[in-house]
Amino acid sequence: MAELSLRGVSKQFGQVEVIRDLSLDVPSGEFAVFLGPSGCGKSTLLRMIAGLESVGAGEIHLGGTRIDTIAPGDRGVAMVFQHYALYPHMTVRENMAFGLRNIGTPPAEIDRKIADAADMLEIGELLARKPTQLSGGQRQRVAIGRAIVKQPRAFLFDEPLSNLDAALRSRTRIELARLHQRMRSTMIFVTHDQVEAMTMATRIVVMNHGRIEQVGTPMEIYQQPRTRFVAAFIGAPAMNFLPVASIDSEDGRVAALLPGGGRVVTRVPIAAVPAGATLTLGVRAEHVHPGSTGMAARVDVIERLGERTLIYAKLADDSIVVYDEPGDVQVAVGEHVALTIEGPAAHLFDAQGLALHG
Amino acid sequence: MAEPAQAGIGQPSLANALFVAPYMVLVTGLLFAPLALGIWLAFQDYDMLGGWAGGVGLENFQNLWDDRIFRGTVRNTIKFVLMTTPAFVILGLFLALALNNSLRRSAILRTIFFGSSVLSVTIVTLIWRLIYLPDRGLLADILALVSLPGVDMVNSQIWALPAIAIVTVWWIIGLPMTLFLAGLQQIPAELYEAAALDNASRWRTLISITLPSIRRTIVVVAVIEVILQFQLFGQALLITGGGPDNTTRPMVQFIYEAGFRDLQLGFAAAASQVLFVLMLIAALGQFWAGRRRA
Repeated sequence: MAELSLRGVSKQFGQVEVIRDLSLDVPSGEFAVFLGPSGCGKSTLLRMIAGLESVGAGEIHLGGTRIDTIAPGDRGVAMVFQHYALYPHMTVRENMAFGLRNIGTPPAEIDRKIADAADMLEIGELLARKPTQLSGGQRQRVAIGRAIVKQPRAFLFDEPLSNLDAALRSRTRIELARLHQRMRSTMIFVTHDQVEAMTMATRIVVMNHGRIEQVGTPMEIYQQPRTRFVAAFIGAPAMNFLPVASIDSEDGRVAALLPGGGRVVTRVPIAAVPAGATLTLGVRAEHVHPGSTGMAARVDVIERLGERTLIYAKLADDSIVVYDEPGDVQVAVGEHVALTIEGPAAHLFDAQGLALHG
Repeated sequence: MAEPAQAGIGQPSLANALFVAPYMVLVTGLLFAPLALGIWLAFQDYDMLGGWAGGVGLENFQNLWDDRIFRGTVRNTIKFVLMTTPAFVILGLFLALALNNSLRRSAILRTIFFGSSVLSVTIVTLIWRLIYLPDRGLLADILALVSLPGVDMVNSQIWALPAIAIVTVWWIIGLPMTLFLAGLQQIPAELYEAAALDNASRWRTLISITLPSIRRTIVVVAVIEVILQFQLFGQALLITGGGPDNTTRPMVQFIYEAGFRDLQLGFAAAASQVLFVLMLIAALGQFWAGRRRA
């Protein structure tokens, strides 16, 4: 059963439509990540769930109760803000107790809940400190602790890792994933960082222009993008997109002919392609292989990442294809290479950017 | 600039002194020198007509202590500060809270409330003398509307000083309001959102989030107003002239009259030192109280 359910939700700021007729079900206990570029409406959507933005149209239900009509504090959600939003004049303990006091929780129970949360987050020795005396990572933990003590039905995270440095960010990712495994609560996490989404999510909701592009597990999103937008947004380096000059059929499958030379036999059945469609072939770097035969290309840029090396090569028609090689590969700019594309791993997109499937 | 690399940050250089020189000249000439001169004068017998007749030690202060009218002005001034400063803090904060939004209505009201601050004291007192006119003034009309007897505020020993306090608050409430607005706008919106998710009522949010966040502004407003209101002069001079029976005569008026009417500069300077010390004690006391609660 869906724990969090959005039904036909819309939102406008003046003339600008930021969320368009959006429906989504998040099952209980999921770690759902709203992923999308800046301005795609993901934060607005989260704030609508929290009650910090009004809902233009549609309904939001949590645990079977309609919540979009009630006050933020009564919705059964707790939020971790991007800048933590700790009360600066209160100690860590007071920060965590504030919400519980406001609903009349007995002091003994408040103390017990704070002790439990502090234990789980290892912030016991920080309880008497003020937020200004804490590091960024410690503030982050306190903000999470403040959410945990409320035992909400759903946790809402608004890009909470964006203010941490790279090392701390990857550590916090692991801790959040562990916390989710331990608490089994429904968590909604907003980010524009695909690594955060891939590593922590049980399901990713990819958003663009106020609409959901695709909902799926991280590997579904990665391996079977439904739109060209999703294919381009997920994965680093970004997927290669090559225009298709013409197609023919091989064993009922589409074989795409590329302008730069080369023929790629895909998994897509020929029946799925409307006549005269303009197609684009999409293929990830790891599915492009250099060899002795294939499309002629010339190495343009080499990016050494350590464990692997990304090579950007120019095809005969000047389009660029990126592929990867082991970190210590011997290659030089200007070198001629022959590339083959792994057909079964390639995607075809129509002129509207929709993926063609079998 | 033979070796520009030498003149780095933290290197002493005569050129640096040039940058602070204009300020130092002004502050020395217009603040430190008069202050020192005033302190010196307080211990002298200096008459503007008779000239300097030598040092007199503490005689000026002794005379002040024995002067019933001067003691009255100290009482009046302190009473006035006690009436106006809390009013500036509470009313200023209230206006700021009410007008801290982006509504057009609020923008207009902010302008109106601040607008009176730019009026000169003569205009302000003229307006309010009309309002306070017994029988014919606006106040009398309003009191008549609710069937209350009229009060001759300006000539009442009880009401004259509060009448001046009301004029003063009306006149310059814009400054504390603006300072509070600036303070309120420094509070991150996220704090209020977190409070909303923490089930905080409006009252709880005001007490636990807003007021602690602008604690420094409250201290600043209180200190500024104490310093300003101890210097009450124009309103009292122009509305009551210090009467009735000296009940509204402020210290500055006493100093002014001693110095520029009676021409006893030493005596006036001594009274100035008393005012200075009172203001210093009040301001420091508030700083201290503000810090202690931090």
